[in-house]
Parts: sequence; structure tokens; C-alpha cells
Amino acid sequence: MSLDRRQFLTQSFGGAAAAGSVLAAGEADAFTLARPNKVASPDAVGILYDSTLCVGCKACMSACKAANNAPAVVPAELADWNQGQWDSSEDLDGRTLNVIKVYVNGTREVKDREIDGFAFVKRHCLHCVDPSCVSVCPVSAMRKDPVKGIVTNDKDACMGCRYCSYACPFGVPQFDLSKPYGRINKCQMCEHLQAKGGIPACCDVCPTGASLFGKLTDLQKEAEQRISLASGVDYEFPRGRLGDASRPTNPGQIAHYQKKVYGEKEAGGTQLRYLAGVPFPRLGLPVLPDYSFASRAEGIQHTIYKWFAAPVVLFAGLLALTYRATRKGHGQHDSPPADKS
Amino acid sequence: MQDTHTQPRSLGGRIITVPVAILTVLTLVGLYFIAKRYYLGLGAVANINPGYPWGIWVAFDVIVGPAIGCGGFAMALLAYVLNKGQYHPIMRPALLGGLFGYTLAGVAVLIDLGRYFNSLNLLLPWHLNTNSIMLETALCVMAYVAVLWVEFSPAILERFGLHRMRAFLNRYMFVIIALGVLLPTMHQSALGTILAVNETKLSPLWWTELLPLLFLISAVAMGYCIVALEATLVSRGFRLQSELSLLGSISYITFWIVAAFLIIRIGVIVLNGNLGLAFVPGKDATLFWFETILFAATLVLLATERFRHSERHIFLAACTLLLAGTMYRLDAYLIAYKGTVGWRYFPSVPELMVTIGLVSLHILAFILFCKLLPVLSNPPRAAAAEGHAT
Repeated sequence: MSLDRRQFLTQSFGGAAAAGSVLAAGEADAFTLARPNKVASPDAVGILYDSTLCVGCKACMSACKAANNAPAVVPAELADWNQGQWDSSEDLDGRTLNVIKVYVNGTREVKDREIDGFAFVKRHCLHCVDPSCVSVCPVSAMRKDPVKGIVTNDKDACMGCRYCSYACPFGVPQFDLSKPYGRINKCQMCEHLQAKGGIPACCDVCPTGASLFGKLTDLQKEAEQRISLASGVDYEFPRGRLGDASRPTNPGQIAHYQKKVYGEKEAGGTQLRYLAGVPFPRLGLPVLPDYSFASRAEGIQHTIYKWFAAPVVLFAGLLALTYRATRKGHGQHDSPPADKS
Repeated sequence: MQDTHTQPRSLGGRIITVPVAILTVLTLVGLYFIAKRYYLGLGAVANINPGYPWGIWVAFDVIVGPAIGCGGFAMALLAYVLNKGQYHPIMRPALLGGLFGYTLAGVAVLIDLGRYFNSLNLLLPWHLNTNSIMLETALCVMAYVAVLWVEFSPAILERFGLHRMRAFLNRYMFVIIALGVLLPTMHQSALGTILAVNETKLSPLWWTELLPLLFLISAVAMGYCIVALEATLVSRGFRLQSELSLLGSISYITFWIVAAFLIIRIGVIVLNGNLGLAFVPGKDATLFWFETILFAATLVLLATERFRHSERHIFLAACTLLLAGTMYRLDAYLIAYKGTVGWRYFPSVPELMVTIGLVSLHILAFILFCKLLPVLSNPPRAAAAEGHAT
């Protein structure tokens, strides 16, 4: 946190040159009040989700529920064969941290094709590099780990205002509305499993390597390599943790990728990155600018309140005016001046 | 005109009247659903959902409520900053309206907060996130509620004959009054800055870097209008002389604030090249024009000197502007807010009853305070000719 503040101050004091270079580096359109985006920790971890590898088995959803002690959602009509093995949540909610959704179009003939095709997408927290939720939380309940970059919610700090849900560009943090005293639930990248040397449950259980855990910089290289190859080329897709030789790879072919890694730059970058065969907005992944929203909102706020000078000056001026006005009226602040009674 | 005013006095009279009874019933219905919310959870009463985490309790009770409660703030600007002493007679009712507007917004926050016990963390320095605009808003609003009670306390002290305490308070009241202008300036603008993070969840018809300025000046205009509305209703409802001559000058100020609001808001949209969005048929454009027409209608209603001294014009303009400012806030926070795809929000009846209950409690408390405490200083109509009430 102190480092971030120093970055901000450097920009504030550094004059036009520093500000100009920051804007030139990161922005298409210069925004005068913005602070620079925060940058990812060199040790940040992340998940690479490759939509073209996903077969829609939803094993990650059930594994997520098990790993996070949440009940599986089972619709009544499926209850006779599904005793909770399969989670059938349809969207993120107060008890669902991870969900597989499907895009369908026309005849739905070919996987990962935009027209007359279909594609899967996995939705959970993207663990933004410069998250809105952390910026807006009044009581510092939303935190971003300074080393791994995992975004977590501390229920003992959280007051349940849900500003994080309201501000998240991906609609991720979810308050559990079903309980009298609920809490914010969101993917915390199975931080508790990572602490014991494990990997996120969704990546651990994924049969095809569609969800792949690893160091963020390595995952980005892996993603760039896949989209650089011609479609149809044979490729050994890693599974579980990138660079973990103990787990067999998934032999397959390179798909018709969109030539873009979603999450590399969106809203200042995210630690969940996506590859897909259909355009990302089709999968419900919004088109976002390269700057983080926190950089602009904090920029506006800290410009107004720089050094807290404006409120202090305003207060001093107001004191002078109210002193004069009340003395003139013999201190009768809310009733007619005494000179006529 | 000052001579027609006496010292503030309590109205007395019967406590239980038909309006009081109706408001009490509505308040009790609201209380029932508030109890249900605490017993069964937010989801059992409110229609908020994964795609729309903030509903009517935030957008109306917490955001619009304090703007409607800006009467005390707006009048203090006039009476002390611009040093117009003749406005003092309408200061107490203005403060009283603000007092309940803000206090009940604070109550609404505690109903809406999912983990309300942890709101105490707002007072623990190691929990505070100084980047959070909501932190500033919360602290400012809490402080301002306290300031409003102190500002209004002379009425209570007078009622119970605590004159020495009142004299002591008067000596330092200028500090409280200064805070009573500073704090609303800070948090009414911050209520706009809260939306600064939602750049892609809000059309550029609302989102601009000048949101804090637009929220602040529209709140001041709403403050003058609620004073005009209250004054008209009070003089009619309690059969007192009207404050028409004072309201005329307030209307003049309101006219120019609303004009400035419209010029800045539309100017920004034009300069950013987004005016075309106002002509793309759909929800955003419809809401934008509905708001803009309401703001513009206020200008028309107060356009001439004669209009600004007509009780009917003042009353209609106040209602129109209050609706305009309310819609501006409801749209920006809720109706034009683009929640997660696939979700919709419309308040449930129990959810609405909580809001209606809180508004009823507000009006109820206002009426009771006017009857029991020295708030109003207009003489009864019978005591003087109604020469100016046309």
C-alpha cells in the first residue's frame, strides 16, 4: 500500500514530464486526473482459461463448491440422479464462486465458432492487477495480496455495503443474500489450498487443461505461444500447474484462436487470462479500456482532496463568514435578529 | 417583511390527527418488513440480486434522501455565507427537514448493510481505506448528522428552558454552522464521485469526471426547493402566513443554479462528442430527456420576476426540480446502471414499503416536532391580513 501511495505522490510532484510519460505509456486518450495503473507483482500467480479446450463438464464447478464448503445447486428436476455431485448453478451468486456458461448461435454445429456454433466460458474473479473492488472498499475488507496478487475479502472487516459488487466491471463479488447475516463470497484462487502447496481446485480437477494455474508471466508466454501457432498444429497442452512435469499433458491441436489474450490489458490487466475461438464479448467478457477504473476514480478524488488543502481553506473561509454573520445577529443563529425584538 | 415574524414557537394543538394516524400506520408496516429483513436476510425482503447489488434502499433512501435533506445546508449558505439575515425565520424548519432526511438515510444504511455490526470498522483507523470515496461519504454524513442535531438543538433547549446552555451554545455556534456548510459540500459531491469508478456501467449521458460538481449543485438546488415546498405546505397545512417574499429571492437563486447545472451537464456531453447518444432510441435516451425536460421546466416556471413571486409557480417549480434531481440520482445509481447481463431489478412491494415507511416516519417526526417544539415563526393567518398570498 505504501508503495502505491509513493507512486501516486511521485506523479503528483514530478511535474508535467512524469505525468506526460505516464499518460503516453498507458493511455490512448489522455485523462488529466488519472493516476497511473498499478503494475502486477513479479511473483503474481494466475489462471489461464482456454475456452477452446473446455468441454463444459463443469467438474471445476463441483470441485470449487467442495473446496470452498458451499452447497451444490441442484434443480428439482435433476434431483433423482444428481445428489449433489454436479453443481448446476447458472450464474455467480452468494454461494457460487465459479460457473461455466455456454455461448450458442444458430444451429450450434461447430464448437468455438461464432456463427452456427457454440463455446464455453468460465466465469469467476479475474483478480485484477488494479482492482476497483479494493479501491472502493471503505473498510479495507477487499485486499490484494502484494506478492501473489490474489484478491480476497475479509468477512471480519466487511460491513456488507456491496460497493465492490456494484463497482466490479465483471460483476464478480457476491453478497450471500440468503442469510440473515451474509457475507461477500468470491473466488480467492483457493488461497487456502495454495498455502498448503496446492493449486486452485478448478485447475486441479480440469481434465483438459482448459483451466491452467501458474505464474502470471509464464501463463502469458504460454498463451502468446498458442495464438502464434497455426490452427491444426499438434500441441501438448499442460494440465494443472504450468511447468508441473508430474502430470501428463493433454495432446491436441491448436484451435482457431482469436489473436488476443483477454485480460492482458483489460482494465489495467487481470490475473485470470482468457483464450477463445469466438470474440470475447460473445462470452460475456466486456470490452474494457487499458486503464484501470480505480486509476480514474482515485485520480478524481485525490485531485479534489490533494493535501486536504481544499477542505481546510474552505473551512477557514466559512469560519470567518459565519463568525461575522452570527456576531452581527447577536448570536441568534436560527431566529430573527435580536434588534427587532 | 421581517416584522411580520415573531420568535419561533411550538404550534401545540391535537397530536393525533388523520394525517398523523395514516403516517403512523405506514411507518409500522415499514417496521414490520425491516424486522423481517433482520430476521431472514436481505434477500427475503429486497429484490436485489447478483446483477444488481444496490436497489431502491441505496438509490432512494441513501442517495436521494440526503439531497432532499439539503434544506439546512442550502439555507445556511444563504444566511451566513451570503450574509442574508432575513432568511433566519425559515432556518429552523429547513434544519428540521434536513435533520430527519439525514438521520433516516443513516437508518436506511443500517438496514441495507449486510454486515451492519462491522460498520463500527469505519471508526477504526487501521481499517480505513483513504482511496475509498464511500469512506469519505460515510464519515462526512455521520459527522453532519451530529452537526444537524446541534444546529437544531436551540429549539429543544428553548422548549425545556435551558437558557444558559443555549447561550453557551450560541457562542460557539459559528463553528457548527461552518461545519454544516463544509460537510455537505464534501459529501454531496462525493455522492457523485462514488460513480466515478463505473465508467463502463453508465452511459456518458451520466458519467463524466464532473459528476461530483453536478451532484453538488443539483443538491443545493434541491435544498432550496425543499425549503420552498416545506414552507408552502406548512403555511397551508398549519394555516399560517406564507413566507412568500422570502421564497421569491430563493427562487431567483434556484433559477440560476438549475441553469448552471443544465449548461455544465449538457456542455460536457457535447464537448465529449456524446450528444448523439441522446438521440439513440432506448432506455438511456428516454431517461435523459425525461430528466432534462424536468430541469428545463423548472427554469420556465421561474422564468420571470412575476413567476418567481407567485406561490403557485414556486410550488410547482419546487416539485418539478425535486423530481428532476430525484430522477437524476435514481437513473445514475440504479435505472441507467448497467448491471450484469442477464439480470433485472425492480423493487419488491416489501422493499418499497420499507422506503415508504421511512419517508412516513420523516414526515411524522417533522409534524410532531413542529407541534411540540419552537420551530415555526410565521404568525397564524387570522392574526394578519393575507395581502401577499394570491
